[in-house]
Amino acid sequence: MLAHLINGISLGSIYAIIALGYTMVYGIAKMLNFAHGDVIMVGGYISFYSMTLLGLPVPIAILAAVFVCTALGIVVERLAYKPLRAATSLAVLITAIGMSYFLQNAALLIWDANPKAYPNIFKNFEAVEFAGARISPFAIVAIAANLVIMIALTLFTTRTKVGKAMRAVSEDKGAATLMGINVNFTISLTFAIGSGLAAIAGVLLCTAYPTLMPTTGSMPGIKAFTAAVFGGIGSIPGAMIGGILLGIIEILARAYISSELADAIVFGVLIVVLIFRPTGLLGKQVHEKV
Amino acid sequence: MSKSPEVKLVNVPSPNFVPEKDAGKPLVLEAAHLGIDFGGLVAVDEFNIGIGATEICGLIGPNGAGKTTIFNLLTKVYEPTRGTIMIGGRDTHNMTPVQVNQMGIARTFQNIRLFDKLSVEENVKIGLHNHIGYHTLSGVFRLPAYWKEEKKAHEKALELLDIFGMADLANVTADSLPYGAQRRLEIVRALATGPKLLLLDEPAAGMNPSETEELMNNIRKIRDEFQIAILLIEHDMNLVMGICESIVVLNFGRIIAKGTPSQIQGNPQVIEAYLGTHRG
Repeated sequence: MLAHLINGISLGSIYAIIALGYTMVYGIAKMLNFAHGDVIMVGGYISFYSMTLLGLPVPIAILAAVFVCTALGIVVERLAYKPLRAATSLAVLITAIGMSYFLQNAALLIWDANPKAYPNIFKNFEAVEFAGARISPFAIVAIAANLVIMIALTLFTTRTKVGKAMRAVSEDKGAATLMGINVNFTISLTFAIGSGLAAIAGVLLCTAYPTLMPTTGSMPGIKAFTAAVFGGIGSIPGAMIGGILLGIIEILARAYISSELADAIVFGVLIVVLIFRPTGLLGKQVHEKV
Repeated sequence: MSKSPEVKLVNVPSPNFVPEKDAGKPLVLEAAHLGIDFGGLVAVDEFNIGIGATEICGLIGPNGAGKTTIFNLLTKVYEPTRGTIMIGGRDTHNMTPVQVNQMGIARTFQNIRLFDKLSVEENVKIGLHNHIGYHTLSGVFRLPAYWKEEKKAHEKALELLDIFGMADLANVTADSLPYGAQRRLEIVRALATGPKLLLLDEPAAGMNPSETEELMNNIRKIRDEFQIAILLIEHDMNLVMGICESIVVLNFGRIIAKGTPSQIQGNPQVIEAYLGTHRG
């Protein structure tokens, strides 16, 4: 039981890190960036080839993936979403779905469809015994990474001037602009942070499920999106709680109920939660003005 | 009605006039032949104004006259269809709201637009954003520049809040403030951006007479302490006549009268615009 719980939390930590990208972009740009999952896949490939083809050490390979994904996030926002700043949200949503397919197919062209076997980046580390359960180094790193990222992001958004500007933009773009805040820079920065985190999630995900394909990012992307909605989209702690709960539910469902039904159960729980709390666990209840 | 300040308006080059005390100084704002159309509708036309360096000017007119549209033009929320806006002698053609703000124009909003979930102090710090001098990266890594500048910003924010005696509310979230305090916070936030001209859109809306009285004193105090100009939209004639040195009256998007408070009070066209005439 404890072992399943730890597995659930570590898988949930990956979902949480991905969910942060969805939730921050939604909070600030008020859009669902469905291409986010595919940035994870790009992060996976960049780190994979950095390690295998270039023979770079693991930390450098991770940095390379973060760097490339950050740049990719900024470029995608500039080229695909920025021209649609004034468009309807439906137009932006369709564009995001298109961008998702574009990235998948670009990956198919560049890296072909053959699954790549991702190296085990923790092969030199031993599992730790804790209360009778073996905790893999992967679980420790995933959980620790999640905690560090969450704390760092919270400090960034609450204590620094750019973080405060991000929160101001998320509340009222127009008023923020008139106070001298550069909204375009703020949105770019949000995409940069989200995509950089997606690279880290990509490395962790490929370590947990070491089969790398152009579609690797889409299912975890959808699940992390679910986690963000589950926790309350737009909320940073909501992404963390939503991600971890989703991971635990998925692993427990797989272990005790049915591995085929695990995904259905995960989405079923989401539906039940949304019936009772339409804005998610930590989402603010929106009062309708009459 | 409170007593109007005794001001003498003098002509400056261009078709404008400013209070005598500002005659030697450059105009903080000058708009000429300003106009905007929405579709086929002429919302504002032939709007001309010159504002002196420390002038308090009132912009009045019936509902729908185009007053807030003029604020939106001056702050570049809308790009004008016609005419020019000069800030400190520089043409603002094609400038963005952020650039205009950095050139020294700040505003409040008719329907309060505070950052509700941010604290009072954070709201003021958003105004201070461009005056907090550390790089994003030194914020991420919390280098000494970060601590130094954040401390300065904190002190500056409290100092500004103290103008309205709100320093003790610094940690309260903006949406939990009472209505009058929210209006005051909007003024502090705008002031934090370091303007040369402050645009106040109905600052006294919803305030009781004693709050309005206090607001009038504070507007004067801000002008005197910061030596800035203020352009305000207001329906409370007590406030307008009590603190404005010059008044511009707008009706159907056009200026129908300009002058000192006493000139405006006796102007038959203004009375007609506000009360209508008897047609027999």
